[in-house]
Amino acid sequence: MARKLKLAVWKFASCDGCQLSLLDCEDELLAVADGIDIALFREATSAVRKGPYDLSLVEGSITTPGDAERIQHVRRISKKVVTIGACATAGGIQALRNFGKYPEMLRVVYARPEFIDALATSTPIADHVAVDFELRGCPVNKQQLLEVLKAFMHGRTPSLPADSVCIECKRRGNVCVMVARGTPCLGPVTHAGCGALCPTYERGCYGCYGPSDAPETAPLARRFLAQGVPARDVRRLFLAFNPVADAFRTEGMAHED
Amino acid sequence: MKTRTIRVDYMARVEGEAALTVRLKGDEVVGVELRIFEPPRLFEALLRGRSCFEAPDITARICGICPVAYQMTACAAVESALGVEVPADIRTLRRLLYCGEWIESHLLHMIMLHAPDFLGVDDAIAMAKLHPERVRAGLRMKKAGNAIVTALGGREVHPVNVRIGGFYKAPSRSDLEALLPELRWARDAAADTIDWMGGFEFPAVDHPYDFVALRHPEEYPLCEGRIVSTSGLDIDVRDYDSRFVESQVAYSHALQTTLDGKSIFCGPLARFHHNFERLPAVARIAAERVGLRPPCTNPYKSILVRGVEVLFALDEAIRIIENVSSPRLPFIQAPGRAGTGFGCTEAPRGILYHRYTIDDEATIADAKIVPPTSQNQRSIEDDLARIGKALAALPLAEARARAERVVRNYDPCISCATHFLDLRFEIVA
Repeated sequence: MARKLKLAVWKFASCDGCQLSLLDCEDELLAVADGIDIALFREATSAVRKGPYDLSLVEGSITTPGDAERIQHVRRISKKVVTIGACATAGGIQALRNFGKYPEMLRVVYARPEFIDALATSTPIADHVAVDFELRGCPVNKQQLLEVLKAFMHGRTPSLPADSVCIECKRRGNVCVMVARGTPCLGPVTHAGCGALCPTYERGCYGCYGPSDAPETAPLARRFLAQGVPARDVRRLFLAFNPVADAFRTEGMAHED
Repeated sequence: MKTRTIRVDYMARVEGEAALTVRLKGDEVVGVELRIFEPPRLFEALLRGRSCFEAPDITARICGICPVAYQMTACAAVESALGVEVPADIRTLRRLLYCGEWIESHLLHMIMLHAPDFLGVDDAIAMAKLHPERVRAGLRMKKAGNAIVTALGGREVHPVNVRIGGFYKAPSRSDLEALLPELRWARDAAADTIDWMGGFEFPAVDHPYDFVALRHPEEYPLCEGRIVSTSGLDIDVRDYDSRFVESQVAYSHALQTTLDGKSIFCGPLARFHHNFERLPAVARIAAERVGLRPPCTNPYKSILVRGVEVLFALDEAIRIIENVSSPRLPFIQAPGRAGTGFGCTEAPRGILYHRYTIDDEATIADAKIVPPTSQNQRSIEDDLARIGKALAALPLAEARARAERVVRNYDPCISCATHFLDLRFEIVA
């Protein structure tokens, strides 16, 4: 039998939802545990075994000086690093602090901001260390997460769709929410992976998987504006769950608050 | 003065990051600090300037374990600001969605995080070798809860179908009815699981906590009710801020809540205490079979109360689905208007409070969010202080394990509260 993959799961600034997706694999969990040696997964187990690890799954973004050091340590003791989710891959919703108002934001939440040891920015893991694979989504799709684990168990690249939510939506045979109802939808510029969930539920995609490859954001934004969406709402759409992903940041900032 | 410092860098099987310091001088506990160093994500600040219609999706991201609780509370608060009252059929579907989250969240804690403490194993995977059928049943029940959230919300974590005024798309009757066979199996399995857990050994602990929970005139509380306490509080949700105070301590990123200057205890034990008679007969009978009735002030027995609440949530979900009719409209339009709104609902871990002030362009001017774990923080510290002496007498690894158990009784969701646990005993000799 092949050697088990020694796995570590790390958490940085996040909601825990992506690592929870692993615990949500009720049917597959015990089978996965057979092929994987879970050496570190604090949310699930008290057992802790030291590195090095074959694979580290990293959830969350870098928002404190301590975490900026900890991620370097994670990289050093991991053969492969995979980021899971929008926080680790694109800063997450907490990266809205990067848009210039951090000291004021800290004062809104804390009476004594001087007690808080945090950075003025929330940044993706790839800004700090080399990342071997990025899994998108807020949260990640658990089937995709299982595919990533299987791929790394067998030493191959994960086979995941690289097109857009719009293509997934067409494959599903949905009626286009934008054409039929004028609902602003980020499907054409958003990375596939969810199976076009939001349009299937008759709402516009809100971009939680981040930008697709080479997204044409500007024509889409012009279309929103032409449909009467206020500039402020266009900005809000792009600057939300993946606000520091390049294409979304640039497009969002092109529209006034 | 000789000081011994015992340090645990992370606490396992809790959701989030925190540290604990117990300071002892001789036999006396001189200080307990639960230090939550989960990095602050500043939700209350980043909500300012966003549309109030974004609040359910944005606040869901505070917690991947109880996103529905955030969505339901955000809806309640924004709708109160906008002067919207959702029709009964939408209200019932929200209750169903919330039952789904209670089931999956409680089972995650009971089976995967808490039960290993009573069986002396590291995790559910080790437990699966000792009690394979129990773990399998637990995961299957959890899946039944997730299936409700997925059917109504689109996915288990951060559902996409919740909006101010209701749902984007109403579920079909057949989609919901398809859940029934598994839910009925799970209802029997939950009763059986309670009986099994009733045989666990519970440390004899008893403390007169001030239990705080919602109370509703007819129902076991989920989305609404008045806020009541053992100490006699009985207030409308909009009066929360006049009695509960959040304060910052130097050692933690999470704010701490007090009621009239004293610590409070919210969550399953508190709900059970104030709402026992509102449980369906099947849940009351299962509780009494394992000797559980109010007042239950043993926090270790919270695992049993979670079991009873799972049974309730399964029974309630079945009742709702059996009687459901698809709503005429999936949502009602909410008109934009300026105002302040208040929402308080029962998250799996206890009361969750949101307050929003909205301007006349539907933009959030001010937001306040108080998660259950920050409300319980003081109470956790009190419990640790009470066993401080005993901890000092134990070998290091045992002391750490015992302190962690005290914290796990609360099922703390630390992502919420700062929105982990480095455990440190400073023994001042």
